[in-house]
Amino acid sequence: MIHGISIYEILTVTSILFFIGVYGFITRTNLISILISVELILNASVVNFVIINKYLFPEVLQGVYFSIFIIAVAAAETALAVSIIINLYRQISSVEVKDIETMKY
Amino acid sequence: MERIIFYCLAAVIIAFGIASVTSRKMLRSVIYLSFVLISIAGIFFLVDYNFLAAIQLTVYAGGIVVLIIFSVLLVHHIEMELEMAKASKKIVTAIACLIGLGVFLTAIYSYDFNAINNSLTTTTADIGTGLLSYKAGGFILPFEVISVLLLASMIGAIVIAKGKKLTEKNNQPE
Amino acid sequence: MILGIFYNKIKPAVSGYVGVLGLLTATGLAFYSAYNYFIVIGKTEGVYQTIVEKTVWMNFTDSLRIDMGILIDPISVMMLIVVSVISLMVHIYSRGYMKGDPGYTKYFAFLSLFTFSMYGLVLATNLFQIYIFWELVGVSSYLLIGYYYTKESAVAAAKKAFVVTRFADLGFLIGILIIGYYTGTYDFETLNNPEGTSILNWASTSFMGLSVLTWALLLIFIGGAGKSAMFPLHIWLPDAMEGPTPVSALIHAATMVVAGVYLVARLFPMYYFIEDGFALNIVAFVGAFTALFAAIIAITQTDIKRVLAFSTMSQLGYMMLALGVSGYEGHEGLGYMASMFHLFTHAMFKALLFLCAGSVIHAIHSNFLKDMGGLRKYMPITNITFLIAALAIAGVPPLAGFWSKDEILVAAFEHNTFLYVIGLFVAGLTAFYIFRIYFGIFWGKEGNYKDKPNESPGSMTAPLLILAFFSIVGGFIPVSEFISADKAGFETHVNYPLAAIAVFAGLIGIALSWMFYKKENELADKFANGFGAFYTWAYHKFYFDELYLFVTKRILFNGIAKTAARFDKKYVDGTMVGIGNQTLNTSEKIKGIQSGKVQDYAFAFIAGAVVLAIICIYLWMN
Repeated sequence: MIHGISIYEILTVTSILFFIGVYGFITRTNLISILISVELILNASVVNFVIINKYLFPEVLQGVYFSIFIIAVAAAETALAVSIIINLYRQISSVEVKDIETMKY
Repeated sequence: MERIIFYCLAAVIIAFGIASVTSRKMLRSVIYLSFVLISIAGIFFLVDYNFLAAIQLTVYAGGIVVLIIFSVLLVHHIEMELEMAKASKKIVTAIACLIGLGVFLTAIYSYDFNAINNSLTTTTADIGTGLLSYKAGGFILPFEVISVLLLASMIGAIVIAKGKKLTEKNNQPE
Repeated sequence: MILGIFYNKIKPAVSGYVGVLGLLTATGLAFYSAYNYFIVIGKTEGVYQTIVEKTVWMNFTDSLRIDMGILIDPISVMMLIVVSVISLMVHIYSRGYMKGDPGYTKYFAFLSLFTFSMYGLVLATNLFQIYIFWELVGVSSYLLIGYYYTKESAVAAAKKAFVVTRFADLGFLIGILIIGYYTGTYDFETLNNPEGTSILNWASTSFMGLSVLTWALLLIFIGGAGKSAMFPLHIWLPDAMEGPTPVSALIHAATMVVAGVYLVARLFPMYYFIEDGFALNIVAFVGAFTALFAAIIAITQTDIKRVLAFSTMSQLGYMMLALGVSGYEGHEGLGYMASMFHLFTHAMFKALLFLCAGSVIHAIHSNFLKDMGGLRKYMPITNITFLIAALAIAGVPPLAGFWSKDEILVAAFEHNTFLYVIGLFVAGLTAFYIFRIYFGIFWGKEGNYKDKPNESPGSMTAPLLILAFFSIVGGFIPVSEFISADKAGFETHVNYPLAAIAVFAGLIGIALSWMFYKKENELADKFANGFGAFYTWAYHKFYFDELYLFVTKRILFNGIAKTAARFDKKYVDGTMVGIGNQTLNTSEKIKGIQSGKVQDYAFAFIAGAVVLAIICIYLWMN
């Protein structure tokens, strides 16, 4: 643990980061920006896992293992997302959200 | 001492996070993201999870950010200004997020976490044995699953990114 | 045995044969049942029993039930015979008259429907059943009158008939409901029982000075008056002549129009006992007035079918008059018997008159007197049968009309001399107008005929001859033995002085018309001009049609109906359409939710999760 820092503060920080990511996800008009926001969300959850592991259950390491998995999954997902974006760019020459509203009413 | 470092890191995280999601230029947004990721690695260092911090730096701040920068370069004029969403949408979303944040914080602060004070250092060896152990509490199965996932995502990425041209090229010489 | 077979269902007859065969069976059965009822079963304790078979159809409470059943009773059996015979004659006649008409099958189907409805009406056991068949009869008459549906006047006439009778039926229905409510039953047997509660307690509830039941009976009489074309609901009958002539013979001579008379006869004990026969007096006066009124108009008409229509109205007036002056026991019930007897004989000779007229019209293709004349050389059978019928209706002995009309006059004389005088005067008028058209058709100067008119085919003349036979011998049936108000039967004797006076009046009428019409002369016109304005009034049927038209068109139509229609269109329809439009608008606005943007969906997701979290925490905190 970090001496002098209670768990509440760290959890506060991660919550704020999480909601910054959510805000960005809903507000941004560019697909890559949306991707970045997703990264923020995932990171926030990683820190959450780690901190709870360290503060509440210091002798076991499940939190760390899970964080490793999350990071791996995030990487894979980003790779796939980038490939989709590139493919889409080839089709419609744009990565703006407003051009991919084909599922509209 | 550590407190000050933590507060600095926290400030950096939040500031650069906000900057990342509100920036009008694409590349700056990515750079701010990388700062956020590095700061998070810093936090990991503070809690003595060195291995995890290293992984964070390598995979996230190294691989993923580079990947994103590649895609930005491929699909963008870097100098182009990004559009922002309508003001009404921004405000509504901000309010929703704030309310959500309030919910989170209420939940967090009303719970009695009994934190255990300790100063254990975790070595890589511990992580390794735990991750690959067959005994109860071992994570060998998820480890293998993740490997399969990575494989699948790699193949998927290749297939998606191949596009029509390459498939046609393959079919033509027949 | 009698049950079930009498109901002639609608058959999609491919030819008239099926229709005729059906009727033959029905007629045979009617005669057989009459024979059975009157002679074989005969009287028990001096009274003819009423045979009733019924099943419960709708059961509301114990006291309020509607049954369906068959009621066999002297008058219903007699009516069965009348309806069957006339209907059979009309069926046979129609095969000749309607030959080549495109709607042949439809016509026979309607005829069968009508016959079925009449049977049902005659055999009804309770007020509701009679009402149901009453309406059915109205519907079939509408279909039959409007048979030539391409002719606008026919359609209008059919509508008029239906609407006027429907309007009268409103009174009928209210009367039924009042009776049902105050006496607790609709059944004829229970209602008509002189010792039963309905009759004994008639004075228990009063309304405006008269017993409630009297009002009910008057309302029922209004219904009967509509159907039987009593004044003032008579306007539909002349116009109903737009239908084919056999239809007129069936419906407007013999069967439907007597439904009203039959109804009063069916409820006769109630009419007689309640309020000491107050309603019965009204019936008598209405009947007498109608008889006079119709006879006056009949003298002036030039369309032979209309003359016959007014003649029917007049004779119906006679029947109502007879019922009105009747008593209940034994010889007092002479009026009742006379009315039914006259119904029987009138059916025969009026149908005969109509069918002869139809025969003439079929030959000449015109209804109007001025186109006719001197036909006796060309159509001998029609000539003779028409003469027989005319003599019968004029009341010349020994033909049937004399016997029945005489009984009516005797009954009237014994009850109320004023009514007797009216009846006598009308008898004279009847003879006059009927011989006016007889001479006009068969004697006098020949009309200019394009082709020589031929005698009608056999299928048309056979019924004429059969009906003529009935007109001659019908008077000799000892009806009083069979039909009487208390079902006990009594003997009648000919009242010679009164009979002589009646015959004399008839002969004067014949003589007058002989003078005026046998040879072409100016006497008639001079006489008509002498009456001046009165004549014009009578010719135009006393302008009653115009009066009714004015009332209905101006007041009801424009004032009430149009307002109601406008209200309906604007508000009621507007509401419905408005609801539809609102739904459309709302859906247009909600459309935006499906925007196709992932971000919006994500936003909804987050917002929903937050709300749920708030709710859960709130609940968890408390």
